[in-house]
Amino acid sequence: MVEILDAPEEQTLTTPDEAIAALKTQFPGITDDPRDGHEALMVDSADLLSVAAALKNDLGFEYLSSVTGVDLIKDDKLEVVYHVYSIEAGGGPVTLKVQVPRDDSASVPSLTPMWRGADFQEREAWDLYGIKFDGHPDLRRILMWEEFVGHPMRKDWKEAFYEEDHKPFGSRWPGGDVVRMEELNPFGKNVRYPDGWTPTGNEYDVETNMYGMIQKASDEIPGLKTDKVTVNIGPQHPSTHGVFRMVVTLDGETVVALKPVMGYLHRNHEKIGERNTFIQNIPYTDRLDYLSSMCNNHSYVMAIEKLLGTPVPERAEWIRILMAELTRIVNHAWALGFFINDIGALQTPMLMLYIERELVLDFFEAVSGARMMCNYMRFGGVAYDLPEHVRGQEIYSFLDTLVNERIPAGMDDFLALIDKNEIANARMRGVGILSREDAINTSMAGPMLRASGVNYDVRRAEPYSYYDQLDFDIPVYSEGDLWARYKVRIDEIYESLKICRQVLGYLKATKGAPYQPEGKQQYNIRAPKAGDVYSRAENPKGELGFYCKVNAKATNLDRYHIRAPSFINLTTLEQMSIGHKVADLVAVLGSIDIVLGEVDR
Amino acid sequence: MTATTRTLESDIAIPDDVKENVFITSVNGIYNWARSNSMWPMVFGLACCAIEMICTASSRYDLARFGMEVFRATPRQSDLMIVSGTVTKKMVPTIVRLYNQMPEPRYVLSMGACANGGGPFKEGYAVVDGIDKFLPVDVYVPGCPPTPQALIFGLMTLQEKIRAQSITSVPWYQKDGELTGIVPIPVLGPDLVDLRQVDVIKDEANKTKLVTTEA
Ligand code: SF4
Repeated sequence: MVEILDAPEEQTLTTPDEAIAALKTQFPGITDDPRDGHEALMVDSADLLSVAAALKNDLGFEYLSSVTGVDLIKDDKLEVVYHVYSIEAGGGPVTLKVQVPRDDSASVPSLTPMWRGADFQEREAWDLYGIKFDGHPDLRRILMWEEFVGHPMRKDWKEAFYEEDHKPFGSRWPGGDVVRMEELNPFGKNVRYPDGWTPTGNEYDVETNMYGMIQKASDEIPGLKTDKVTVNIGPQHPSTHGVFRMVVTLDGETVVALKPVMGYLHRNHEKIGERNTFIQNIPYTDRLDYLSSMCNNHSYVMAIEKLLGTPVPERAEWIRILMAELTRIVNHAWALGFFINDIGALQTPMLMLYIERELVLDFFEAVSGARMMCNYMRFGGVAYDLPEHVRGQEIYSFLDTLVNERIPAGMDDFLALIDKNEIANARMRGVGILSREDAINTSMAGPMLRASGVNYDVRRAEPYSYYDQLDFDIPVYSEGDLWARYKVRIDEIYESLKICRQVLGYLKATKGAPYQPEGKQQYNIRAPKAGDVYSRAENPKGELGFYCKVNAKATNLDRYHIRAPSFINLTTLEQMSIGHKVADLVAVLGSIDIVLGEVDR
Repeated sequence: MTATTRTLESDIAIPDDVKENVFITSVNGIYNWARSNSMWPMVFGLACCAIEMICTASSRYDLARFGMEVFRATPRQSDLMIVSGTVTKKMVPTIVRLYNQMPEPRYVLSMGACANGGGPFKEGYAVVDGIDKFLPVDVYVPGCPPTPQALIFGLMTLQEKIRAQSITSVPWYQKDGELTGIVPIPVLGPDLVDLRQVDVIKDEANKTKLVTTEA
């Protein structure tokens, strides 16, 4: 008889409310956020490390989802907001806020030693807000370049083409004539220099720092004269999936160090988002992860609906889920196609999956008017009901064929080529391993997390829309390698098909307009009251979160932050590639499935 | 090129069996016909528009019909740069460097609202408001993103442009002609610095200095 020695103790899971209560008893310095509609625990920056440690180690809140800077210019303060979740217990976050004075001396202790997932996010807060993090191992700019002057997300930092705080601008059409901002700027371009600054010559050496940092000394093996080589891959490289750049140090062909460099597609999404009215941000969210615009729409409108308290009709919810799941399918099809391309099966499998992708895009075009940038969801519903016909076919018969025949058949063809393929398996198995602990610690999300054995999906952990009424499984693999990530994506496609089939049944049965019946959406919606909200959804790439903060009666957001899964998933790129060959590095990157629009925003 | 069938009347003795197979055209005609049907674009995706560019190249829209499916990964083998997406300040030095490495004759197609003029992100601090601030653009394709059909239309427009060029006047064959030439690579200082504008920047800096001393 086998005696089980360490029978796991019956562990009671701490819910967010219990955790908040426990923290308050343990740390009397913690207060509730005094502002209207804002929910968080205000923590003194001196206490932050011990509060976070208690939260993580004692209460089981081990998943740091988001770290955000906020500029409270009226109070002359900067704020850092942390959202921490419990993987086991699911449910909502414990939100911590730390405020520091707005001058240069202030700093916040870095959580990087505890959660490596804070690494990039703290660098971003430093870059865009100028918040210093004590104890951060590598506090450099991440989206802008090092020589850039100023912290552009601060409220008093104005761009060259800056016009007014709020859209719609009054000034573009004075007297009915269009004014091009270039004509008003002495340089004719979107640039602005510090007062009195003149270029002197070759002071802009952005690159040397970068290489100096990563260059390792010659090998220490006595008697052997070997050198390590530093190679730059990107930002213009066919296998970096966009304008991503890696600076890699190689020993022979083996990766010994790697630094990701991003920001080549930083499009000031958040800054523009804070000037836009609520509704104007919807098309911008399309351009985040541009392969899954419908999911981005969904996540954003849910955040604003929470703020405004807008109800959503039943039919709209079903349409949204259908769109989100079809998006997941095409995103994974794209990701798998490129990933297989990266491990050497050039183009054929990729082109095969595009055939079905095009069908879904045709459907999106018929529904919303655009193939990729759908801009389809609205607060309290969707923009229009489904059309009657797609590609000349009755809509439900088109959708039935799509989810019951076309996509499964396409997937079967793909699997027949790849799944048992010896080369594919040899390249995928055992490469780029990420352990369960590391995946949680580095705030991985989506398929990355589930391929490392963590059963966590926002659709289950904190259900939104009608996901709690649907029957589907969460594929989880424990290998943590490329193969596991590939498998998770394949299985998710089949699960999404399952969801689509159920949703189609509900859709056929529901009638009524999938939007608010009160007629047209108002252009200038006003927030009824002040507040902040963190709303997240399970995107194909992982957890996409929106942190939105409004003032009372405002027509635009005071703070608009996006927790981008692609961005944070890159944290482990170095760890997963070290020890592998350069060729595997490309495959590891492919398995993360990044989209630069979301990485850099 | 419109092929006109004419019977060959000349002193050159042409064997009977190949008579049907001889074509006469102008040098220009054959040169441009060949060039316009084998434009090799560079593998060069910047942002969302690149996805539509990839779709254009893949099976449904099939760019191969135009002889353009040979995407080259190096600028040295490319004829055409499709600027497919948002040009950010951090990226533009790389883009100009790539352009400088392309051999003449070279063409630039600006794809989408962002590359044309900054697009939705124009006002932002990190975005260049149009690639034409730095590179000479041959064809602009509007859209956000342009559909594959629109991109193909843009490419056909480029083909038309090429066919209208004359070998006697194209700049890259002129002895002392003005070349489109090397564009100075912009540098990243406190903001993006276009080296062709150093004088303007100095003038402006002096103006602000004057204002501050007066005040
Ligand atoms: S034009 Fe539109 S689709 Fe193209 S890169 Fe710009 S935002 Fe993306």
